[in-house]
Order: sequence, then C-alpha cells, then structure tokens
Amino acid sequence: MSKLFISPSPHVYEDTTVKRLMFDVVIALLPALLFSVYFFGMGAIIVTLTAVVSCLAFEWLIQKYILKEEPSITDGSALVTGILLAFNVPTNLPIGIIIIGSLVAIGVGKMSFGGLGNNPFNPALVGRVFLLISFPVQMTSWPVPTGFSNSYTDAVTGATPLGVMKEGISAGEPVSAIMDKIPGHMELFYGHMGGSMGEIAALALLLGLGYMLFRKVIKIHIPLSIFLTIGVFTGILWLVNPESNADPIFHLLTGGVMLGAIFMATDYVTSPMSVKGMWIFGIGIGIITVAIRVFGAYPEGISFAILIMNAFVPLINMYVKPKRFGEEVKNG
Amino acid sequence: MLKTFPKGGVHPAEGKYSANSAIEVLPLPKQVSIPIAQHIGAPSKPVVTKGDKVKVGDKIAESTGFVSANIHSSVSGTVFKVDKVLDSTGYKRPCVIINVEGDEWHESIDKSTDLKKEISLTDKEIIHRINESGIVGLGGATFPSHVKLSVPDGKKIDVLIINGVECEPYLTSDHRLMLEKAEEMLVGIQILMKALGVNLALIGIENNKPDAIEHLEKLVKDYPGIEVHALKVQYPQGGEKQLIKALINREVPSGGLPLDVGAVVHNVGTAYAVYEAVQKNKPLFERVVTLTGKSVKKPSNFMVRIGTPVSYLIEAAGGLPEDTGKVINGGPMMGKALNALDVPVVKGASGILIMPAELSQRKKEVNCIRCAKCVSVCPQGLEPYLLNRLAQLEKNDKLETDGVMDCIECGSCAYTCPAGLPLLDYIRLGKSRVSQIIRSRKQ
Ligand code: SF4
Ligand code: SF4
Repeated sequence: MSKLFISPSPHVYEDTTVKRLMFDVVIALLPALLFSVYFFGMGAIIVTLTAVVSCLAFEWLIQKYILKEEPSITDGSALVTGILLAFNVPTNLPIGIIIIGSLVAIGVGKMSFGGLGNNPFNPALVGRVFLLISFPVQMTSWPVPTGFSNSYTDAVTGATPLGVMKEGISAGEPVSAIMDKIPGHMELFYGHMGGSMGEIAALALLLGLGYMLFRKVIKIHIPLSIFLTIGVFTGILWLVNPESNADPIFHLLTGGVMLGAIFMATDYVTSPMSVKGMWIFGIGIGIITVAIRVFGAYPEGISFAILIMNAFVPLINMYVKPKRFGEEVKNG
Repeated sequence: MLKTFPKGGVHPAEGKYSANSAIEVLPLPKQVSIPIAQHIGAPSKPVVTKGDKVKVGDKIAESTGFVSANIHSSVSGTVFKVDKVLDSTGYKRPCVIINVEGDEWHESIDKSTDLKKEISLTDKEIIHRINESGIVGLGGATFPSHVKLSVPDGKKIDVLIINGVECEPYLTSDHRLMLEKAEEMLVGIQILMKALGVNLALIGIENNKPDAIEHLEKLVKDYPGIEVHALKVQYPQGGEKQLIKALINREVPSGGLPLDVGAVVHNVGTAYAVYEAVQKNKPLFERVVTLTGKSVKKPSNFMVRIGTPVSYLIEAAGGLPEDTGKVINGGPMMGKALNALDVPVVKGASGILIMPAELSQRKKEVNCIRCAKCVSVCPQGLEPYLLNRLAQLEKNDKLETDGVMDCIECGSCAYTCPAGLPLLDYIRLGKSRVSQIIRSRKQ
C-alpha cells in the first residue's frame, strides 16, 4: 500500500461544486430562453449566441494574456453572464453593440476586480447599464413579439407595456384607458409583450426559480422580499389612486422585475451573506425600483435598483450578522 | 414533526455499513500500548515500571488533578516499558507498554454478566467510583466524567441528557450498544441521575436508528424518569449545545457550559461504562469500536481492550482494503487521519474508518463565490467565509469579535463549500491563536 493520505477533518464533502451551481442556473434560464425564441424568433438565438461566445472569449483572453493566470471559463460563470446579458437587451440589437456590452460586462464588471468572487456589481447589469447609457436608441427599440420569424434587425418595434403606461400617465390619461392599449395580465404572465429578450415571460422565469429552489442553488429570501416590497408599495399607490397608478400585478409582471429579482439580484457574489441582510437588500431593491418607476425618468428601474443595492452589500455584510447560537439567551 | 436543532446543519451520506454487525469481543493482542494522556486535562502519572506484573483492571497511571483521569491496565502480563510511542495524535507520547500473558482480572471485578439493577452507592460514592474508574466521555470528547457530575455551588441541574445521536456518518458503536446493552445502559443512566440528583433523563436518538428507539422505548417503561426522544437526522446534532437545544429548547450561552442551562450531557457509551464501574467495580479498560469503510470486507463493531493496535482491528475485519487512501480515527466529519496503523486504540476512539483512495482527496479549490452556503449551514450562527479570511490575514481581534471561539469545529462549513475551500483548517488556526491571546490576557 502506498502512503496514507493525511488531512484535517472534515474528510467528506458535499458533491456540489461551483460548476454544478452555475450549470443549474443555466438550466433554470432555459425555459425563459425557449419562450423568447418562440416570441422573438431568430433574434433571440443570435443575441444569445453572440453574448455567450463573446463573454467566454473575453474572459479567456483577459485571463490568459492580461492577468496571465489559468483561464477558468469552464466554471460556467461567464456562460451565465453571457446569457443574462442577452436576456437584458432587445433581440434586434446589432451584433457589434452586444460584443461591446460583453466586453464591458466581463472586462470592467468582473475581471477588473479580480474575477469571480471579487466583483461588487453584477457583471451582466454593468454591461447592460453601460449599453443603455451609450446606445439609448438601440437599447430601447423593442421588437414586438410576432411569433417565430426569421426577421432580425428589421423586426417591427414598439414600446414595452411599462413604457406605454409611463407615457400615458405623464400625459394625464387614466390608467383604465391605458390598460386597453396593452396586453392583459394573463398575456403578460406568459410573456406576450415587447421588452428585453429574457424579461418577458414571468411564467418561464418562475419555473426557473422553482428549479433553483429545488436544487438549493439559491434561497427564496431575495426574490420574495423584492416581490413583496414592490407589491405592497405599488399596491398602496394603486389603492390610493387607481386612475394614476397601475396595479401591483402589472408592476410585478413587467419591466424585468421577474428577471431581476430571480436571476440578477440573487447573484451570489453581489448579494448579502446573511438572511437578514438578504431581506434588507431585497426590500431596498423593491423600494428603489418603485421610486424610479413612479418618480424617475426611466419606465422600469430594477437594473439600477440592483446596482445601487450591490454597492451597499459590503456595508450590509459588515453590520448585519446572522444571530449567533447562545448570543442572546432566552430559555424556555 | 421530529425535533432537531433549528439553525444550520448538514446531512452527509450515512454509510452505516456496520449497523447490523453485533458487537464481537476482539481476541487479545500480544502487546498493548496504553497512552497516559487519553483525556482532556492533565496527563496522568505512570505508577508502574518495567518488569512489574499487572492484572486486568490494575491502575497503571494515576490522575494528577481534578481534571484528569486514572488509567487502568486492559490486559494481564508484564510491563515491557514506559516509553514514547506514536499515537493517534500523530505524535510520540508516553505510553505504558505491556506484554500480554493470559487474561487474569483484578479480584474485585465482578465478571458475571447478570444485570444488577439495585443501586447501593450514595451520590458521593458514585462520583468517587467513577473518578477512580477512569471514566471519560466516550463520545469522543474524553472529558473526565466525574468533573461533569460535580456540580459547582450555585448551579442547579434539573435534567440529564443522554447522547445516543451518533450523528457522525459510518459510526455504529453507540447504536449497537443501545441494542445489545440497553438495560445496563439504562441502569447506568439511573446511576448518573442519582449522582446528579435529577429526576429526569432524556435520551436523544436520531431517527435513522428506529430499532434502537423502539427497543429503548419498550424498556424505559420500567425506568421512571427516563424518556426516549427520536430526533430528525441532522449533523452535528451530537454536539452538546445542539442536542440540548433540540431536546429541551435551551440555548447554552456563548462561552458557557450545559450546566449554565441546568443540563448535563453524557454519551450512551459513558452510561454503559458507568454501569460497569459502579455495579461491577470494573474500571474503564475496554470499549466498543466500529471498524468500517466502503471497501472493508467485514464492517464490524468490536469490544476492544484499550491499547490494542488499530492494525489488529483491521486484520480482524478482513484486512486493509487494496484501495485504501486514508484511515481515520473517528468519523468522517470530525475524526483524525492516522499516519500509522499500529497506533493504540484509546478511550475516545469510537470508530476507525477506512476511506478508499478515490474518496480521500480534497475537493479542488477555487475562489470563494460568496454563495453563503457556509453561513447557512453553520450550527453556531457564525460566518465561516469571513472567519477563514480573517484567519488568513491574522486579524485576531476581528476573529474574536466575530465569534471564532464559538466554533465547535464540526466541519459543516468545509463539507458544504462548493468552492472546496478548507475553511476549517484556517478557522482552527485562528481559534488556537485567539485562545492563546485570551489565555495570556487572563494572566
Ligand atoms: S461556502 Fe465557500 S464559496 Fe460559499 S461563501 Fe462560504 S467560503 Fe465562499
Ligand atoms: S465555523 Fe465552526 S461551527 Fe461553524 S460550521 Fe464551520 S466548523 Fe462548524
């Protein structure tokens, strides 16, 4: 027999690895990807492939030639970033712009901070917000879901339901009248609306959430606290004045809330470590999202809300600690 | 809903291959090496020298303080020498080495197997006898048992908790003991209750041992004050603090002891040893040891004399498997990897686990992805990822305020980390540094 292997305890490990977690996220994203292909056709496929390939390529190039370290693209995290970036842009976005977005997401959002685990901001959102500021026109011309077609950049475009709502409200139209111009709640639920590629189908995104919870990839706290906060906050506004505020279900189903709450805000690296911290984070995102929607210039707002709360995560982690065993003695 | 502790915990694969192997008495080896430090506290002082004749049960090393324990010969024969021998800690430490000749027991030991139910000793006498008999916590902590029974003035104990959880995967020695020596163990519990002056004893057993639960539930009807509680399977439920929380929902304060919440915890193996010491006048010189592993031919539970070489047990279980990569003294979560196989079995050894090479390597390390899984599994409510980093940076003040001393070294964090980080290695290091600082502050 060869020499005995010596190491301190524990001697057994759970089989979960970073790679498995990342691939579970990819699997959870698949239903939404399928819905997008169904609604937007070729565009969805081209945008996703471009974002994924360029994110992987940039990660590999930067690690190999700039950081001179062993490339770790097989861990799946760049793949997730690529898909999420694609999900956050319209399906008729020119390929060059997608490649620029990928470079910003990976290069600025992730690698400049030292790679996976060290980035304070969600890389895909860094890419998205950069594009939104640099290419506002292309980033806000949303193709209308026409069913599967081969059209790509010449797709018919239109506003998102949330955009229509915002415009209508600021023009003084009553909400009930605006509602007639946009799809009904059931249609919104399964994603028949204009918008960024992966944000439309609440149904598919919720399926993904179910899968991630089942596989214990994430915990429910962050999505739940965002949903509750947005629901309660917009619910109050709606009850107070239903003619100038959309109802809470509408707010939850549109403008990327599902995508943001389920897949962007739950990014491990950029969200808090303790359950209490997760609630604070989620509530913060909810409040900022609604504030931007109601008072701000953009119709949606969850991307900015997540990035703002990302910035508070180190602070939350420092001050919001899990309750220690035996810390505060209450016996009974 | 079955009871369990509320915070953290993991559920590793159980691998209880030896659960159905009845306890076998292991034949005597030719020579035993009995370490003089097998317990927490001061090492004892040898009272025999080379050439002395000893019988089974003779005292060979004497306790040197309150927190210390006597050591008795586990065999009869001649003391070969008192010398340093490599033991399960990986260091050479003083042992009494005895050549075995026959099997002659000390006259005062009652060798009969009849169950003796009536307890004639008083509480003081019981504690004295337990102290004399060298009994220590047999669950692995090896804390001298008489210390736990000597309740300081001003503390009131109202419940005795008996740990039959055996939450470590693979190990089955307590399980077998509960099945095969149940009545003796129950009398042992009554003795402990008498020593502590309590009327209530709760036996906690995880639900993966339904036969033991059923068997004991039937028997306790004749033992007033003793209750059996089935618990949900969750590691580390055998930790004192977690077990107390699970059974009586009291939380031992940080830095405190079970007696701060009116409880004392003893292991089922200890209760059995107490029965033998008090009713049969038999000091602690043998114990049940599980010898198991995925590739072991005959996973077994042996009644082993203390000081028997581990290699001897391995032979009795069918020899060392071809694919062996690691041999662990204890369970896979908290046990210690051995660097030699001829080390002696000690009082705290509940099992020897043989791991195949393919399961002996650690996971590949990657960056921490801040997934917070370590935080959610920590039964002590700590933040292992943070303690790990602070320990690496040697930030001892922060380590202390972030509770490193509360870590019970259960290993749940390192077990679960998807990035394969050896969290507990660094946390242990930080903990030992901080405890040194705390000690020097007190002086
Ligand atoms: S479990 Fe590992 S990867 Fe996850 S936060 Fe803890 S240390 Fe980091
Ligand atoms: S930090 Fe300590 S107590 Fe917490 S899981 Fe890790 S080893 Fe267990």
